[in-house]
Order: sequence, then structure tokens, then C-alpha cells
Amino acid sequence: MKFLPVSEAERAEMLRAIGAPSVDALFASIPASVREEPKLPAPLSEIEIRRMMGGLSARNANAASTAFFLGAGLYNHYVSAIADQMLYRAEWLTSYTPYQPEVSQGTLQSIFEYQTHICLLTGLDVGNASLYEGASALVEALLMAERLVKGRRRAVVSQGIHPEYRETVRTYFSNLGLEVIEVPLSSKGTTDSAALEAAADETTFAVAVQSPNFLGLVEDWNAGSRVAKAKGALSIAVVAEAASLGLLASPGSGGADIACGEAQSLGVPLNNGGPLLGFLACRAEHQRQIPGRLVGETHDAEGRRAFCLTLATREQHIRREKATSNICTNQALMALAANIHMSLLGKKGLREVALQCHAKAEYLKGRIAGLPGFRIPYPGPTFNEFAVDAPEPAAPMLARLAARGILAGVPLSRFGMGEKNRFLVAVTEMNTREEMDRLVAALGEGR
Amino acid sequence: MNPDNLRYTASHEWVRVDGETGTIGITDHAQKELGEIVYLELPEIGHVFNAEDEFGTVESVKAVSELFTPVSGEVVEINKAAVGEPGIVNDDPYGDGWLIKVKLSTDEEISKLMTADQYTEYLKAEEK
Amino acid sequence: MSVQFEEKAPATSEDRLRPERWHEPLVFERSGKGKVGYSLPPLDVPPALAIPESLRRAEIEGETEVAEIEVARHFTRLSRMNFSIDQAMYPLGSCTMKHNPRTNEEVARLPGFAAAHPFAPEEVSQGTLELAWMLEQALIELTGLSRVTLQPSAGAQGELTGILIVRAALAKSGNPRKVVLIPDSAHGTNPASAHFAGYKVQELKSNARGTLDLHVLEAAMTEDVAALMLTVPNTLGIFENQILEIARIVHAKGGYLYCDGANFNSFVGVAKPGKMGIDVIHMNLHKTFSTPHGGGGPGSGPVAVAERLVPFLPRPTVEKRRDGTFTLDYDRPDSIGRLRTFLGNYGMFVRALAYIAAYGNRIGEVARNAVLNANYIRAGLTGVYHLKYDAPSMHEVVFSDKKQAERGVHGGDIGKRLMDFGFHPPTISFPLIVHGALMIEPTETEAKASLDAFIAAMRQIAREAEEDPDIVLKAPHTTPVRRVDEVAAARNLVLRWRPEG
Repeated sequence: MKFLPVSEAERAEMLRAIGAPSVDALFASIPASVREEPKLPAPLSEIEIRRMMGGLSARNANAASTAFFLGAGLYNHYVSAIADQMLYRAEWLTSYTPYQPEVSQGTLQSIFEYQTHICLLTGLDVGNASLYEGASALVEALLMAERLVKGRRRAVVSQGIHPEYRETVRTYFSNLGLEVIEVPLSSKGTTDSAALEAAADETTFAVAVQSPNFLGLVEDWNAGSRVAKAKGALSIAVVAEAASLGLLASPGSGGADIACGEAQSLGVPLNNGGPLLGFLACRAEHQRQIPGRLVGETHDAEGRRAFCLTLATREQHIRREKATSNICTNQALMALAANIHMSLLGKKGLREVALQCHAKAEYLKGRIAGLPGFRIPYPGPTFNEFAVDAPEPAAPMLARLAARGILAGVPLSRFGMGEKNRFLVAVTEMNTREEMDRLVAALGEGR
Repeated sequence: MNPDNLRYTASHEWVRVDGETGTIGITDHAQKELGEIVYLELPEIGHVFNAEDEFGTVESVKAVSELFTPVSGEVVEINKAAVGEPGIVNDDPYGDGWLIKVKLSTDEEISKLMTADQYTEYLKAEEK
Repeated sequence: MSVQFEEKAPATSEDRLRPERWHEPLVFERSGKGKVGYSLPPLDVPPALAIPESLRRAEIEGETEVAEIEVARHFTRLSRMNFSIDQAMYPLGSCTMKHNPRTNEEVARLPGFAAAHPFAPEEVSQGTLELAWMLEQALIELTGLSRVTLQPSAGAQGELTGILIVRAALAKSGNPRKVVLIPDSAHGTNPASAHFAGYKVQELKSNARGTLDLHVLEAAMTEDVAALMLTVPNTLGIFENQILEIARIVHAKGGYLYCDGANFNSFVGVAKPGKMGIDVIHMNLHKTFSTPHGGGGPGSGPVAVAERLVPFLPRPTVEKRRDGTFTLDYDRPDSIGRLRTFLGNYGMFVRALAYIAAYGNRIGEVARNAVLNANYIRAGLTGVYHLKYDAPSMHEVVFSDKKQAERGVHGGDIGKRLMDFGFHPPTISFPLIVHGALMIEPTETEAKASLDAFIAAMRQIAREAEEDPDIVLKAPHTTPVRRVDEVAAARNLVLRWRPEG
């Protein structure tokens, strides 16, 4: 077995040192009745593993093999070769949580830089070292708000928030004695301000709105922030397509107290939905209640700048059941990828990527709107994703297009968010005009 | 080393009574156990506590400890200097490192607390 | 004992690998107006900006302006200030820092996985679904339980998932109950997870062996108790040899036995949790199944459950149809719901399955070699370091600093000094029931030579603590930075860089 570096002779020598007759003797505390060898196939060599995985991989239509327009919270963006190749370096890949700062300055400084990027993007003061992904980031943001606005039990969330985020919130909240009120979208597909205001009251600890919302429509952060402020609650801005932050007003500028969501778009591949990159940022006055790991700047014994984990007393290894969250790990490797990606794009690139996504999406939206039988149901401004009504049920139509090498979109009926003919189309800087024209032609051909 | 004019709790707080006012802090033993203190969370002025209520927390880098008031009363002052510079609590736990002052609700609780000698004995016993 | 450990000097500085030391500015401090680190094709559609100005922003002030070579060097230099498994032994107890096979990295990046989207039609996603199904089957076989959810993002979320499943099952039969029992040796995530599932936590005191005291359990195990959360083997590396009796006591009162499988690597392929009476177990793919730790994540925390808990698993599950095709089943009315988006940390599934495939039916070798290595270190350090609990060790051994503390040298100092000998420190100060704990987990992928070098270094440090404690107290001496002031970081929080002006 190539992963095991102990020779037979060494094993015998080690057993002698231990004073045990055999390796099996070391397992004497495990009752014999529970021991059982697994019925698994014989070991595979590297060649066979590559072959097996290659075979499984080949059966999946994907962004590299198709004209690709899938989004719904997971987007196919440009990632520089450097970002991925850097992740292969053993010092990043095979290290762990930087508990020992003297031998972890690389990871610590990178997280500090990542935190800074998140602050700049969101327009807020403090960002954490990352969370699992967007849905649990929203859960953590809501729980944080509940701790800050003591004694209130109710969260008001817009149904423009990703349906899987909302389902996750329901799962987490089901046993905590907290209530979630979901406010339906207006006929325009955006959060209904009046309904939001009506739903919030003096028992509300947070008001959460997503932009661009799940239907792709750009929302005004101020609408949620105003309602939250009026009721003494905190406003939470949810972002599921972080590339939009290169062009859209930041949550901080729109009065949000907490911003959270999914930063996969900033340097993390699709990965069939994971690993992803949850983010969370807040105002300085709330920093002691921020969940997850945090890196701070300090100095070493010789006075040089250094970094370390800080505010660890919020975490479960110290507070146990009183911790701010039960999360232990962050998504350090994904945060590193995002730090590299954002550093490469920088001031100009973050904006240019966003502008290209938007312009291309506008082009495709216009072309589809011109197809007979097709309709754009919501007229409001969108960033890079929009809903389409087809003249036939969307799911079978999309499966038909998939067989022709076009992954054209995601049917909204699978989330219970629209008629069976309605689907979401996402466009990024990765899509070419030729692909979009091919999609339009295929849609136009009908059955 | 634990001043004679103070009374002590089993959770390592002390109280000094001057007329109607009780000044509360943590003991030298407590600050040593915690290590360098980095943060204090203290109550608002006007808050009323019963004896043994939790009135705040004290944090070092690696530990967090709840603070329990030895006596009942209303908070009349908090030590802002210590909040701003928590190291004071390490340097001078019985003096400048006090935490809060309360207006005592009753003078009957004091006698139930440990004297300096009793607290010293208590620490010895706890060590074993 | 028949073999003496040589008092040979630890490795000389020439054959020690150390992280490098230099000052590396923040990436933001390398910015220069007009520099770029990316290139995009020219826009091939008409420019358009159909978003009102009030909803837009300008360029982000303070964001970077750096060229690609600067980014390449910056992150290469930063990386060299990190300690890693590929460099030397990383005996961080409970974290299972073992070799990460690179085949797994390669296959996880195949476009059919890395560029796949979970909302692509199932007809063109059969490979991704089959892989998830294959991993589930392997974990079912290894745990001896009935079904597995791969959804939880990491161990802590797996714990919450498992307890929520228990809660849903109890609620379905009329009473979710109020309390979860947790031994005092447990990892802090256990009480935190039980709390977030809505339970009150009751801590159980360990016995003199370091394991669960059956009398304590019997007294605490009432019909108010939903579950016992037990780490097997526990955080001291000691197997609960009365596991069958424990299960009987818990089940007799209608409770569930939850196993924190963080230490599954010590008996994987040797024994099956399902046969022990365990009803739910979460596993950490980044521990037992060697997906990389990546500087602190991503993890992945699948949960296996017994038959009667299957209806409550998170949505969706992967199902195999009679015709051999695979589908996602969302129609599960008793499901606890979902814990996150999509299917879980799918990229970790690919790596874990590749790892399991490489060992196949010989996967028990993982446990056997991990336990051998831990016991070898134990033999080499017994007498030199205090061993509070001397029950047999499985994959890790927990010493304490008791002897060295008499000279003012504490666990943290010993850990820092180990860095000078080219090793990562063990886990310090955990589990909490051992004062001054040094929790050492070598894993199965260490050669005898590295174990010997580690033992020699630890023995040398013990000598230094006697003869020259200052050298230990001021350690590390050879790292990229000297001892880092964590107190200053916490007193004066600086959590980001800010643009000047």
C-alpha cells in the first residue's frame, strides 16, 4: 500500500518497543462481536482510479462541454490559472487551521487580505474568515442579529432570497423558538416594500433581502434597511451572485448592518455545488458577535507585523454550548482562491467582469424577448440572470436542449417559484455571442 | 495578599463595602488563572442584580469567565478605565482594576461571604 | 519493556525543514495605479447598462492594482511561511493530519465534476449522481448502518444534522425530549450542536479510566434524554470498551446513541459502528478519508443512520432506479429539510471515494497503522511526559505538561519549541479533562524514522525544561516570526487593511 511507509521489519521492531505481540492486540478494547472486515472491492491502482473517475466524469454535461447558462446561486465565472495552480501547493493544501501563528503566517495573512476584500466589496467594516456557503451564512447572520437585538424572536425575510437558503433557515430555526416570516414578492418579481413593512414589528430582530434576488432582479438595499431601522431591527443584505458587487451598490452604502451570502463567483469553480464560499460582514459596532473565525493583525516578540486568530472566545472550543455558532472549520482554501482571484481582478477587473456579465445578459434577454412565444415576465433591471416564460413546460424543454449540448437554464418550478413554463437563464463573461445565438436559434426551433 | 478589608466569593469575586456602596472586582487568583485579560463586558448603570446573578464576563485570549455579583444592588458606576484597558485588572485587581460599584440593597449578605483568611483556606483546598 | 529509546540528539539544522522568514507586504500594499493582473476578451455584444445609477457603485476604492507575477510571488512567498504535512510530521491530535494523495486532487478537477452544476438535467448528470451513490454505498458498508446523507458541509454541521434527525424521529413518535448527554471529554462542537438543535446539555463526568462511567450514565439516562453524544474512541484516544452496555442503557430508555465519528480513522475497516448499537454517526471526510485540510476547510461531514432514522434524512437523497439510472428524491415528507445549498461539498466526495477505492477491502490498514504509530510514540514518551489516563491508546495519545510545569514550562511552550525541531505542535490544552494536555496523533502515514525523530525531539525538550527552561519558554527561535502577541491582537482589534486617506 503506497500510502503506508512502515516496513515489515520496522513494524516488528515497533511492536517490540510497545510490548505488544501483534497489531491486532492493540485493538483489544474493541469487543470482538463488533469487528468485521468490510466487503469492498480489491484496492485500485492510480491508473484504475483515474479510469473509473474519468468514466464517471464523462457522463456529465458541464460548463466545459456545453453552451452553459445555469445559475440559480452557482455561476460559471473566469478563474485564472494561477488561482487553481496555487491551491496545489502543499503549504496551502496540506496545512490546517492556523492555531499556531508562528508556523501559519501564510494562511493568516491570506485570510486577513480576504477579510479586507470582503469589507471593500460589501462596504462594511469587518468580514469573517469565511463560512461554509451562502445558506448557512444567512443562518449565521440571522442568529447574529438575534443576539444583538436581544429579546426578539422574529425574522422577516423576503421570498426573493434563494429558496434553498430559506429552506436551510427553516431547518435551523425549527427548534430554537425563533419564527421566520417570509414576505412574498410583488407581481413585479421584487420584494414588496409595503408587505415587508407590514410584516415587521417590535418583535422583529432582522429584515433580510437579497439582491440580485433569486429571479435575477436588482433590489434596492435601502428598502429593507429603512424597514429594519424603523422597527429597531438589523438589516441583512444577502448576495448570492457576488460578481454583482463589482457593479451594484454595496450593502453598506444601502444601510445594511450585515451582509452575507455566497462568494463562489469570486474564484471558486462550480464543483457541482460544493465546496463553495460563504461570506459574512458587519459594522464595527457589532464585531464581537460575528460568528466564525477572524484573523487580526498584531506583532511578534521582535516587533514585526504578524497575524493570528483572534476573538476565539466566541467559538465552541471555549464557550461550548454558549458559543456564537457550532461551526468549527471555515472554507480556508476557497477563501484563498477568492483572495487570489480578487487580487488579480482588482479595482478594474471586478468592474469589467460585472459590466461584461450584464451587457451579455442584456443582449440575450433582448434576443429571447424577440422570439415568438417567449416572454420576459419581469420588466425590472437585472444583473446577469433573468426569468423567461417559454411556450411549453420548461423542464422537458431544457432536458431536450441539454441533449443538444446546451444547458439553457434552471426551471423555476423545481423551487415552487413560478409557472411550469418559467425558467432562469444566467450569463457570465464566459459566454460568447456565438453561444447565445446558438441558444436563441435552438429555442426558436421549438420541438 | 488578599486584603483583609474585602469579602470573597467561591467564584473568585471580591466586594468592598463603604457605607451603602459595594465595590466589586475579581481576585488576584482569578486574574492569574485567566491570564492576560483582553475584554470586559460590564452591565449598564441602573441595572439591578440579586446576589449571585451573572453581571458580566471577563475574557482572556484563551478563556472566558462569567462574573457573579457577591451582593444584591443597583449598578451605580462601572470602571470605564478598565473597560478601555483591561490589563489594569491583571496589574491591580484589588485597586484600579475594580469592575463595578453597586448601591447595596441590604447589608445582610456581606456576613455570608468569605473573609480573607477563609478565602485563602478555600484556595488551598481547591488546589488539592 | 525490551527496547530502550536511544537518547540520540534530534536532527541537526541541516536536515530540518523550516518555514522561511521574510517580510511580505499585504497584496494591497503592492498596488500601483494602472497595473492589471487579468485579461478578458473584448466585449462581443453591444455595451449595455440597464441598471439605474442609484443602484450602482463606482470602482471600488482600495481594491488592488497588481500584475500577475506580483500575485504569483506574493502567494508563493506567503505559502512558504506555512507548515504543512508534505513538509514534516503534523501530529495535531484529533485533526488527523495525514498524507493527501494527489490523484484525488487531480480527479476532483475533471470537468465532469469541477465544471458540473447540480441543476443540470438528471439525464445528463448520471455520472455525478452515481458517484454520490457509490460513496454512500461505501460508507454504508464501513459503518454497518442503513443510509447516509452526504449533505453536511463539515463535521459540526454533521453533528447538528444527526441530532436534528434524532429530534425529528422522537417528535414523530410524540415527544422530542429535552436533554442531550455529553461526556466532559467531548469536543466543544458537541454541546454547541446539541444547543442549536434545541436541547439542554448535561455533561457526564468521565471515570478514572477516562471513559464513560456506567453508573453516571445510568443515573442520567432518563426518558427526558434524547441522545447520548459519544466520541468513539474518545478524545483521549481511548475506546469505550463498554460500548455495547452503553448502547443498551441508552436504548432501554428510548434514547438514541449518537457517535461523533471524528476518530473513525482509528477503527475504520476493523469494526462497524452499526454493530456497536450506534444509531447515528457523522464522519469527517477530511480526517478519516484524507480530503485535504486546506488551511482550515473545506470539510465534509456525512452522516450515517440506522434504518428507523432513514425517513428523517435531509433532502434530497440519491436513489437508484430499477433500470440502473440515478435520481434525486426531494419528496421526503418526514425529512428534517436541508442544511445548506445543493448536494454538499461534492468535490470532497470525489476525493473521498478515490481514497476509499485506493484501499478497497484493505482499508483496515489505515486504522491498524494509525494505532501502531500512536502506541509507538506512547512507548517512547511514557515516563518522560505525564500520562494521566493510561488505558490503551488507539490512534492518539494524550500526555500532559505536569512534570514540566513544575519548572514553569507549559504545554504551549513545549509546542512552540517543537517548531524549532521541525515539527508542528500537537493539540494543546485539549481535551479539557487533562490539565496541560498534549494530544498527539501521528496518523498512519508517518514512517518509523519520523516517529523516532519526533520522540527524540520531545525527549530533548523535556531535558531542556529541566536544564535550561528559558530556551523552551522563548521558543520558537527559527520560525518565520517569533512568538506572536495574541493578547495585543485581541486588545486592539485590527481585522482588515484600510486604504490611506
